[in-house]
Amino acid sequence: MPHETTKNAAGALDVAVLVSIGRHPVTGRTRRADQDARAVEAALALDHARVQLIHAGHHETDSEAALRGYLGMGFEALTLIEQAGDADVLPALTDALREAPPRLLLCGTRAETGEGSGLLPYLLAESLGWPIVTGLAEIERVEPEHVTLLQALPRGQRRRLRLRLPAVITVDEAAPAPRQSAFGPARRGALAVSEQASRPDTALADWTLEPARPRPKRLKVVKAASARDRFKAAAAKAEGGGGQVLTDATPEQGAEAIFKLLHEEGVLRR
Amino acid sequence: MLDILLPILIFSALALAAIGAVRRIRLWRQGRPSPVPVIRGLAAVPRRYLVDLHHVVARDKVMSSTHVATAGGFVAAMALAIVVHGLGLAEGVLGWLLLAASATMFVGSLFVARRRINPPARLSKGPWMRLPKSLMAFSLGIFVATLPAVGVLPPDAGGWLVAVLLAAAVAWGLAELVFGMTWGGPMKHAFAGALHLAFHRRAERFSTAAGPGRRSTGLKALDLDDAEAPLGVETPADFTWNQLLGFDACVQCGRCEAVCPAFAAGQPLNPKKLVQDMVVGMAGGSDAAYAGSPYPGKAVGEHAGDPHGPIVAREGTALVDAETLWSCTTCRACVEECPMMIEHVDAIVDMRRFLTLEHGNTPNKGAEVLDNLIATDNPGGFDPGSRLHWAADLELPLMAERGEAQVLLWLGDGVFDMRNQRTLRALVKVLRAAGVDFAVLGNEERDSGDVARRLGDEATFQSLARRNIATLAQYRFDRIVTCDPHSFHVLANEYGELGGNYEVSHHSTYINELLEAGWLSLKASRLGRVTYHDPCYLGRYNGEYAAPRAVLDALGVERVEMARSGYRSRCCGGGGGAPITDIPGKQRIPDMRMNDVSETGADLVAVGCPQCTAMLEGVVAEDRAVVKDIAELVADALDESAPAKDRRRVTEEEAA
Ligand code: SF4
Ligand code: SF4
Repeated sequence: MPHETTKNAAGALDVAVLVSIGRHPVTGRTRRADQDARAVEAALALDHARVQLIHAGHHETDSEAALRGYLGMGFEALTLIEQAGDADVLPALTDALREAPPRLLLCGTRAETGEGSGLLPYLLAESLGWPIVTGLAEIERVEPEHVTLLQALPRGQRRRLRLRLPAVITVDEAAPAPRQSAFGPARRGALAVSEQASRPDTALADWTLEPARPRPKRLKVVKAASARDRFKAAAAKAEGGGGQVLTDATPEQGAEAIFKLLHEEGVLRR
Repeated sequence: MLDILLPILIFSALALAAIGAVRRIRLWRQGRPSPVPVIRGLAAVPRRYLVDLHHVVARDKVMSSTHVATAGGFVAAMALAIVVHGLGLAEGVLGWLLLAASATMFVGSLFVARRRINPPARLSKGPWMRLPKSLMAFSLGIFVATLPAVGVLPPDAGGWLVAVLLAAAVAWGLAELVFGMTWGGPMKHAFAGALHLAFHRRAERFSTAAGPGRRSTGLKALDLDDAEAPLGVETPADFTWNQLLGFDACVQCGRCEAVCPAFAAGQPLNPKKLVQDMVVGMAGGSDAAYAGSPYPGKAVGEHAGDPHGPIVAREGTALVDAETLWSCTTCRACVEECPMMIEHVDAIVDMRRFLTLEHGNTPNKGAEVLDNLIATDNPGGFDPGSRLHWAADLELPLMAERGEAQVLLWLGDGVFDMRNQRTLRALVKVLRAAGVDFAVLGNEERDSGDVARRLGDEATFQSLARRNIATLAQYRFDRIVTCDPHSFHVLANEYGELGGNYEVSHHSTYINELLEAGWLSLKASRLGRVTYHDPCYLGRYNGEYAAPRAVLDALGVERVEMARSGYRSRCCGGGGGAPITDIPGKQRIPDMRMNDVSETGADLVAVGCPQCTAMLEGVVAEDRAVVKDIAELVADALDESAPAKDRRRVTEEEAA
């Protein structure tokens, strides 16, 4: 059952939030994923909305505790699209969303488990044919056909966007922190299973997965004589050095510039 | 004429009292069930009243004599009046006894009246101000009305006018003292108080013929396996019926208010008002009639509730505001002082449980700390694999490698805190100097669950507790020693209900034993004046006041006591998750405590708790006394020229 953010839900906006199984960065224990929880919070902050939680994935005891973390934010149920362990959840999610399309789809920018490539929202938006906006800071206004929101840019800047519905919006650390998950509603909430075929992720089968190793950080050497200089250095914008801004460029020119840069940085080799 | 009027008055007062009693009992029975031994409880009332309750009341000598004279006089006078005037049996000594009883009561009531001339702020005013007059009216009226019955005055002396006046005085007295007792007047405390003593939720607190009562301070566990069981207290009716009865027993003496550190700091909490609010809630209505000190910063008359309505509203106001509940440091000073044996801390944590477990509304850093406890087993969110980093050079013996030791040294979350690491290193040095056979759990140790439980997160507490119990079950040890009184309390008093029973000692207790047994030799101390701050969780929670003082004396310091020490010690402000919920007040509790310290002129305050160390050391003041843990003081005074002793189990067994 969807969570209604108002008593009078007539004409309310249908919002779906995709939630995944998170992993604590220090202990690796499963938990509600931070960005997804922020997406739920953003949905709960809407004035007139019917919010539905959707999770697609392989279901285990461990992951149940994590999913219940989202229920503890005040939901009676969560739609669980059960998938096999090796499944690619994209087709199942696309089908489910096509069957009952929400007006607004919210989710974290990237998952804390699995591939965590951050591609899923883009692929979903593409297959649904909806626009996508990343880095939500705040949803300001909802109209029947549009939503006005603030998008977070680096260094605290904000950009106001007006977006046509339906749309996908992704949430990262710029959005407000999620509310506490309470034990009572988490324990009571239901996991409503929704059937979708499970299609194996053939690409994944060829991959080798191994734990990430911490990469050495590039040191920023600051030669500062005074505290003022040190402060300025710390507060300064990261300098890209040889950056280049292309305006009114054709896609070919843009691609050419990116290609050149990747060569210079040694990412691509001839 | 009086011999007609008095029986009518007496018996109608008794009848009204009986009706009132039934109504009052119905109010209590709105609460959840809590089985009690009815007959045994009632039979225990005289002893619990005379021994246990008076043990608390007698801390104020004048008040306790006043109460004995007034209450004793009244009970005797009332019983005799029923016989003498109600049944008309004035023969022999009965009439004289009644005269004596009412005279005693009158003297007592004079003292009650004197108390009310310039009453201290902690006393409630309102109807309580008329109580001495009611007491006098009753005792004088009965006294004079009895004079003809024993033949001192002729019957009908003074004519009908005097008779009517006397009857009026007696009627007033009866109204206040007899049916006022069950209809909610100030005398309600006598009726509810007696039954509260009979049906107290912690009967083990009271002495029996077999011996003194036990300290009973561990919180009661929630049944989390039963999905239907409510998670804490949402409405007044969610308390157990005997908790409601307990609230109703409050005499509004304000002793709790006078000792509450949160109240003194100007945080929005007053334990007396809180108890009165629960009474308001159980009967339904608003707090407008409350005539005592309010919650600091909150006007009286703006809150209301009913037995089945929420105590704390999600939005707006109900009976109590959440910040009132989150201001409490769970220091138990109020419980220690309460002559009616009311359990404020139980009630506060019950209500917090609902806020955390159902509303998900633990204020400020609360949610973050609880999330950390869930994800990393420590409140700071540190890597649980780094619990022993502070001791990398100490080569502490691990239980996982040894399997057994005489002493299991419980380190606590202080392992992540640089200040407390100094204390821990000192303690290890002392144990090694005494040749103690000890081992630590290391990375297998988790937070004890203390903070989670006080923040109302019973689920996280039980999860931590059960895993700790399972870990401890793998090893053999004689006892646990810890320098954290909070872990001490939880391990010793709260794990039992979940199946973990251990002998636990605070490090001060253990060090004192080592000193007494001659396992430690100390150099003469160069410390000057030292005072000792009793941690709430060591003192009031566990009754250990003597050992830390004995250790200080063994160090040869000049020990001075603060005005509030021992069972009256003032909290440092660090308990109950109070630094985490951080409810603002007018001043900070640790500042007040360091003022207490500086009043003694001590240059050093000895502590025995990582929380106290952090709170008191955080105080910024000129010439602030140095804060040191008992373990540090002992470690500094170790005489390292003395030969180390080997006290391992092996040698003991050989000796035996
Ligand atoms: S436990 Fe301490 S802080 Fe809490 S109400 Fe009682 S006296 Fe006040
Ligand atoms: S709760 Fe106890 S100490 Fe506080 S006012 Fe009531 S009777 Fe007195």
